[in-house]
This record gives sequence, C-alpha cells and structure tokens, in this order.
Amino acid sequence: MKITAEQVRYVADLANLHLTDDEVRKFQADLDEILVHLDRLNEVDTSRSEPMAQVLYEAEETATLRPDRSRPGLGTELALANAPAAGSGYFKVPEVIKR
Amino acid sequence: MSAPVAELASREVISKYETVIGLEVHVQLATASKIFCSCPTSFGAPPDTNVCPVCLGLPGALPVLSREAVEMAMRAAMALNCTIRRVSRFARKNYFYPDLPKGYQISQYDEPIAEHGWLDISMDGTHKRIGITRVHMEDDAGKSIHEGFRDSDRYSYVDLNRCGTPLIEIVTEPDMRSSDEAYAFLTELKQTMQFIEVSACDMEKGQLRCDANVSVRLKGAEKLGTKAEVKNLNSFRFLKMALDYEIARQVAVIEAGGRIVQETRLYDVASGETIGMRSKESAHDYRYFPEPDLVPLRISEAWQERVRAAMPELPAKKRERFMTDYKLSEYDANWLTADRVVSEFFEATARISGDPKEAANWVMGDLAAVLKAQGKEIADSPVSAQSLGELLAVKGKGEISGKLAKEIFAKMAATGDPPAAIIEREGLKQISDTGALEKIVDDVIAANPKQLEQYRGGKITVLAFFVGQVMRASRGQANPAAVNELLRRKLG
Repeated sequence: MKITAEQVRYVADLANLHLTDDEVRKFQADLDEILVHLDRLNEVDTSRSEPMAQVLYEAEETATLRPDRSRPGLGTELALANAPAAGSGYFKVPEVIKR
Repeated sequence: MSAPVAELASREVISKYETVIGLEVHVQLATASKIFCSCPTSFGAPPDTNVCPVCLGLPGALPVLSREAVEMAMRAAMALNCTIRRVSRFARKNYFYPDLPKGYQISQYDEPIAEHGWLDISMDGTHKRIGITRVHMEDDAGKSIHEGFRDSDRYSYVDLNRCGTPLIEIVTEPDMRSSDEAYAFLTELKQTMQFIEVSACDMEKGQLRCDANVSVRLKGAEKLGTKAEVKNLNSFRFLKMALDYEIARQVAVIEAGGRIVQETRLYDVASGETIGMRSKESAHDYRYFPEPDLVPLRISEAWQERVRAAMPELPAKKRERFMTDYKLSEYDANWLTADRVVSEFFEATARISGDPKEAANWVMGDLAAVLKAQGKEIADSPVSAQSLGELLAVKGKGEISGKLAKEIFAKMAATGDPPAAIIEREGLKQISDTGALEKIVDDVIAANPKQLEQYRGGKITVLAFFVGQVMRASRGQANPAAVNELLRRKLG
C-alpha cells in the first residue's frame, strides 16, 4: 500500500469529510490504485515538455486579461436567493468560533 | 498601554536580547473592479450587493485576471526594487471559512509575480535596507460579523462584497531589529504605495494590513529564536504596542526557563496583550496546487518597460532632490514629501514664486493652517499653487510687505481669488512711489510736533513711532524700507 489509513483520515479531515472505518478502507484502496497508476505515468520521459498544470497556448501576453471596468453586481436579493439562511441583507451561517 | 510590558520584563533584561522581525503586509489595489470579475470594489456598499457568480464561488464560474491589477502589482514590485518574473502562476490555497465561498483563495505560491527586492528606511539620520522576499497577487476574502445582531449567539453574518478585491502581499526578510524599525518600514512602505497610486493605504478601511513574525535571541547568538506570528496589527499605534508586548513576553518566557512555541497570536486591543490562538495543526496545510482556471501570467520586457516609463518619482528620491536642489532641511523635505499631492503643490509653488525656501515655509505654515481650519485636503485647497506662487513672487519683488502678504493670503483663502485680483480690487499695491509717500510722511511729522521734538532732542527710538504712524496712514501699503529711509532724512 502506498497510502496509510491515517493519511486517508488526514486528507478527509482537511476536506471536512467524516468517514466511517469502512469508508476509510474503501478510499485507502481507491487512492492507492490512483497512485499506482500515476507511477506508470512517471515512466514517460517528460524532461522536454513544459508542465501542463495550467492551460498553455501561444497568444499575446495580455490576451487573457480583462480591462478594469466595473459592472453592477447581482444585488442583495439575487445574491441571497439560494442562501439557506439570510437576514438583514447578509448571508447567515451557524456561529463561527472566533479564530 | 506600557503596563503589561513592564510587568513582563524590565528594560535591562530586554536589552540583553536582540529582536528579529519580519513583516507580511497586505495592500489592497485601487482598481475599479475586482481582480477576477467586474464587480465594483467600492467600500461601504450595502452588504452582499457587489457580488456575482465568480466572486460568490458559484459552480462553473470562471475567473479572468484584471490587467490593471497586474500593472499595479508591477508598479509596487518596481518601487520595491524587485525582479519581476517573466512567468508567474496562480495557485489555490485551500481552507474552509464562511467568508471564503470558493473554499480556496486564489493566490500565488512558488512562482510569485516578483521577488528579491528591498526598501530603505531611515531613522534619526541613519539608513537601513530591508530585504523584500517576494510580492504576490491574490484575492481578498469577505467579512464575517460575529457580534451586534439579535441572534449573534447562534449565527455569524457574512458580507461578501470584499470577496475578490485585488491584494498584493509583500513579505519582508527578517531584517528588522526593533518595533521602531518595523514602524519606520511600514511608514515608508505606505508612503511609497501611495506615491505610485497603487493604493490609498487607509488602514481603517483595511486597505493596508500587517502581520509580524517576531522572535528574540540573546545578543551575539547566531541561531534565530522560535518565532510567533502576531496578527491584527491594523494601525500604526497597535503595531508598535503589539510588537513591544510580544518582545517582552518572549523574553519573560525564556528568562523563566521556558520555550517559545511557534504559533499564531492575536493582538487584543483592549488588554494590550497578544493572545495565542488555538488552532488545529492541520489548519496550516493549505494543499496549494496550480489554479487550473487561469493561464500562467506572462510579462514581457516590453510590457515591463512601458510600466516602468510611467512610474512617478519615489518618495526617497524626491526627499533627496528637495534637499540638494532646493536646499531644504531634512525635516522640511520629509514634511513636504510625506504626501505626493503636497510635494507636487510645493514644487509648483516654488517654481512660480522663484523662492523654494519661502514656498516651503508658506506651504508648511500658512497654507497648512488654512487647510486644517477648513478641514480640507491639499487637493481641495482654496488657494492654488499658482496663486500662492504669484503672491510670493510679488512679495519677493518688494511690492508688498510680509504683513500685507499675510492679509492678502487670508483673503485668497476665503475667496479663492488670485492675489492680483485682490490687490487690484482693494487697492493694496504697496506705495513705493516717493512722491505719494513723501506727502504721507510730511503729514505725519506735522501732526506730531511733540514726538518730533523728542527725536531731535536725541531720543531716536521715537523713530519707530513715526514708522508706525506712516504705515497706519498708508493702510499698511507703504514700503517699510522706503519709509525708514524717508523719515530718517526728514527728521534729520
């Protein structure tokens, strides 16, 4: 196994997921398979390729930028339309323990 | 607020230690729209109005980077003497908090827009260079409000207007050795950012925010002490108080045989103390990864050169120039360059009046007093640089006395009229014409035979009385030098 149950719990905790012991075993196996597969990709020689974590293309350097012009936003009513809880024009969330 | 510091450790004990401080400063960029969407960045709008699918983090919404935000970050980087990367990347910094609807902040990680710079500070005439590790771009989070609502015991309220406001984070090297140096650095940084019009840096509006990494070590020790990060240093006063408290606290812990724990501490304004924040260790694992929704940011030499060509003169350079070109004192040069608009007003006044020293005195004295009294910034000054310069030029030629200049200035401040109009309208031109002046002098002498007798009897101090009488008769318009000369001859 390339990944431990403890690592699975740690990653789940970071993602705010609460897993049962059965789920931890299941995801440990799944993640392990993914890592084994990535090891196979590592066999390809990529020393002459640019990393493609982000899309790359040949264009004018500012072609992907926007001008600094503002437009009105959605407004409170629309912005809060799907909020599970709202009040006084704000989103409301269960009390946050002060950091 | 020095009480908690004094209780922790005496000045003598603290002086055995050396303090090491590095700062992380967030500066809000003064763009009209947000960094990745077109929502307005205006401060004080009703809650949750200046928002859209992009800054609300709604599914499927895609960020598009603002060109102006990039250019402002480039200007800041240039002013901080940084090297701008040809290619930099955005990355996701993942954490959960209600005022961060995307679940991640778009920031820069291992390839920030700029790095390896410096900024010089000066304190009591000595200069020191503070290293800048990096400058990176990121988006701001919203605001959580934990108090003040009827159901605040059960709910936190969230305003997402600020989400997506463009920020740069400036990280310094651990080069500062006292709270005073940290204060001087932040002052110089703020002034520099204002000069290049990257941010208004209003701390009350959160446009400038500062965190500090602080550690202490015995003087002469090579190894750095364990650092604590102090947050919430959101005014210049608090910055110094919080750092002094934290330094004393760390010294006290070490003196008592304890060890400093690496942690985040919050400055509590009410008690004047820094308080450790309990947090899970995993809270610092942000799982950075490249932001897949944005292409790498490419900045060519040509683009850099265009931005560099439009850079204004920086405050440190301007201060130096004022001292050499205009022969101003360091104090005057500092005063006149604290604000870019003031420095430009002064230079225009100096040029038009032809007398820089006099221009400096008036801008710092009479004009500053009028602005204070009227509650105005220099940009809204009732007296323009042109008008003040003209007034001082007329005075320089001896056409009006200093006293008359002050009177005319008061009228300029009240009406906004140029000096020539006031002088013309009120007939305030100084009387240097000998014929007209002679008549006044003759009249005054004839009207005061007793004083004339005294003067001729040897009491020459009576001359001042005659000068006063002539000035009064001329309604202050007589040229004092000419009056003196004439009186001496006639009283003879």
